[in-house]
Amino acid sequence: MSTLEERAVEAADFADERLGVAKFARNSFNKIFPDHWSFMLGEIAMYSFVILIFTGVFLTFFYVPSSHLITYHGSYAPLRGQKVSEAYASTLNISFNVRAGLVMRQIHHWAADVFIAAIVVHLLRIFFTGAYRKPRELNWIIGSSLLILSIVNGFIGYSLPDDLISGTGIRIAFSIILSIPVIGSYLAFFIFGSNFPGTSIIPRFFILHVLILPAIIAGLIGAHLAIMWHQKHTQYPGRGRTNRNVVGIPFWPAYALQAGGFFFITSAVIAALGGFVQINPIWLYGPYIPYKVSYAVQPDWYMGWLDGALRLMPSWEAVFGPTYGGHMIPNVFFPAVLLPGITFGLIFAWPWIERRFTKDNQEHNICDRPREHPVRTSVGVGVLMFYIVLFLASATDVLANTFETSLNLVLWTLRIMLFVLPLVAGLVTYLLLREIAQIPTIGEPKVPVEIRRDVDGSFAFAELSIHETDEEILELPEEVAYRSLVGSNGGGQLHHATHQGNSDDVSEEHGVFEVPRD
Amino acid sequence: MSEAQLSEEAEHQEIHRPLMEKVVAICFIVSVIGTIGLGVTYWVGGQPQVEGGFLFLALGGLGVGIVAWGKYLVPQGPYVQERHEMKSAPEDIEAMHASLSRGLGQMGRRKFLLRLLGGAVGVFGIINLFPFLRSLGPVPGKSLFVTNWKHGSELVTADGRVVLASDLEVGGVMTVFPKGYEGEPTNAIDQVILVRPADYNLVTRPGRETWGPEGYLAFSKVCTHAGCPVGLYQELTQQLLCPCHQSLFDVLTGATNVFGPAPRPLPQLPLYIDSNGVLRSQSGFNEPIGPGFWERGA
Ligand code: HEM
Ligand code: FES
Repeated sequence: MSTLEERAVEAADFADERLGVAKFARNSFNKIFPDHWSFMLGEIAMYSFVILIFTGVFLTFFYVPSSHLITYHGSYAPLRGQKVSEAYASTLNISFNVRAGLVMRQIHHWAADVFIAAIVVHLLRIFFTGAYRKPRELNWIIGSSLLILSIVNGFIGYSLPDDLISGTGIRIAFSIILSIPVIGSYLAFFIFGSNFPGTSIIPRFFILHVLILPAIIAGLIGAHLAIMWHQKHTQYPGRGRTNRNVVGIPFWPAYALQAGGFFFITSAVIAALGGFVQINPIWLYGPYIPYKVSYAVQPDWYMGWLDGALRLMPSWEAVFGPTYGGHMIPNVFFPAVLLPGITFGLIFAWPWIERRFTKDNQEHNICDRPREHPVRTSVGVGVLMFYIVLFLASATDVLANTFETSLNLVLWTLRIMLFVLPLVAGLVTYLLLREIAQIPTIGEPKVPVEIRRDVDGSFAFAELSIHETDEEILELPEEVAYRSLVGSNGGGQLHHATHQGNSDDVSEEHGVFEVPRD
Repeated sequence: MSEAQLSEEAEHQEIHRPLMEKVVAICFIVSVIGTIGLGVTYWVGGQPQVEGGFLFLALGGLGVGIVAWGKYLVPQGPYVQERHEMKSAPEDIEAMHASLSRGLGQMGRRKFLLRLLGGAVGVFGIINLFPFLRSLGPVPGKSLFVTNWKHGSELVTADGRVVLASDLEVGGVMTVFPKGYEGEPTNAIDQVILVRPADYNLVTRPGRETWGPEGYLAFSKVCTHAGCPVGLYQELTQQLLCPCHQSLFDVLTGATNVFGPAPRPLPQLPLYIDSNGVLRSQSGFNEPIGPGFWERGA
């Protein structure tokens, strides 16, 4: 025994004698993880979150959450002498004076963009492979909640520097909250502590951004992973894989090393982005001044669909009664409150919506192939297309400039595309999948053919069989040894024995009751 | 193969890949070099690109090295593991039901107490919600209906300079505030855009004959869509553009919303020029400014 092994075993014993972890730890070490590139999407999200925490803690040491106005005297010359908020000044300070401050800020921002992108793509993989089906509906709900929370926290995060663009974003957010029927104005005033802009929103956003939302997100990620661990991973169909097993690599050491290493790879890529690709250069935008106009206001990518919806919405609002004394459902309510509400409502409800049609209440541990489920896949593609068009619509002005056409044309094109493209995309997907299903050899690996030409000029064909791996699917040796130790049925017999001791007739005469349990 | 043999075999399943070992070693060395570079960069004063580059090497070296180790130097199986249905065994489920019902039965007899408990917790929750909501801010009251523009308010620029009728050339545009309210935070609500499309008494809409003396027109600068400042004046088309979602307002017809999502015209501020040539407002706006909200109608 090497000393390392001895020490590890000693530590394990220490833990077991105090916590009794042997069984759990053994099961965990031997846990089998199926391997597929698409299973790394959730990991990317999780690792980006870790990076967000690391870089975010660093930023909290220097950021000042205050909209108190001061005269800027810092090292960025073009803004010297201007009245700026302390929040803005401290963000400039992080960018120009704190050592490694700018790279940390940029890594933090990039990590947020990657985080949310990874969640979205992860969600798409869960959707298109049907991995949300029983028993995984809970993780679908938790995951979707994580998506909402991370979008909200991303928005709040890039509002903190109090630059011209983020201030404009906060102004729009105020108007959106204001637009909620009945309670909107109260809600907006309570959140902002006064009419817009007030002086409370920056400190309130700060505490939400660095403590409350991250804590909830961390808790939900914990639950998400615990459930995933307990339910075991889904796997794609393949040789030897059934609904009742998991085929893959063991957690210890293969998966632990691969996943642990992948954390560093994710960090490396995000660090490179943060170092080389400028993001949110707030000194170019200037401080937020409520009457200053910001050109080309482009929010972070994950707000794009909402921005696009705000732009495509016709200039309607629902009005009841006169200006004074009447009521109104404002224009922004429809694209910015109702649309997200419906969006996430449908996402949350999807597993149950699907069940209504399939009447399928079985457990599913094998992922579907998207092509084998034309209805779900084409619905998914169509809905996705709707949001892609909305996303494009957040750049109407840019599109009009690039194509040198009128805004009017761009707007109407996108309005039509918003409803036509999803239908077309969904239909085309559906027809294609139906077509593919007709191909008899679909899904079978192509067999390479060797063509030989003999001396007399005749050809000979021979099928090569390099795809036939004779790899045997093994059981983990410890697993085998353990079973011979404990008995083949695990605790089955034990369980049976105690169950017989169960008595239904708890008599009150004894004075001491045994609570009936097995 | 017997089970003992099987485990025996796996025990000695050694993976010999000298080349891979070298690759992993190189990765770790690259990482160390990156970290040293990072430290030196930091020491001499820091530079974002260089820091990013070295961080990439330091973390990437570690990452690729560890993943390669996990992928090529330890057994990969594939291994198989059973999985059980999530649902418990029937007798366990039954026992759970029994325990649940037993507890409920023992409590359920005291219906009155149960209801009282529910009521107590509910009332506690509702009452204690108030500090969390109500203390956060004032109720809106009338504040969404009013601005600081009153009869006789002098128009001033952001730095407090009074605006004279001679200040703006035809085709000019400037942002003004009611005197005394040009600073934060009131300038967010009170901001007004002053345009001078022509030097005659322009009537933007019936009933507004006297609102635009000498061609000066003043509109609330807060977009009726989502509240952005409508600051871009296109002299050629006499339109104001909101940069946020590209709403257009036609100045000559009273800043009516002619394009984009903005649902209402920009409210117009009636102006007059006093005997000293100072621009003043005749009164406040005759409707709430900015984006819509529940308590207002048309
Ligand atoms: C903070 C964000 C998230 C993190 C850190 C995260 C992390 C993970 C990880 C590491 C896995 C296992 C590997 C994988 O399949 O990718 C997983 C599984 C799962 N995730 Fe997420 N996820 C997040 C968001 C979401 C979202 C937005 C959804 C969907 C609405 C979702 C639904 C699921 C489901 C249903 C599983 C179990 C499916 C399976 O085992 O294959 N997750 N998550
Ligand atoms: S805020 Fe002006 S167009 Fe949306």
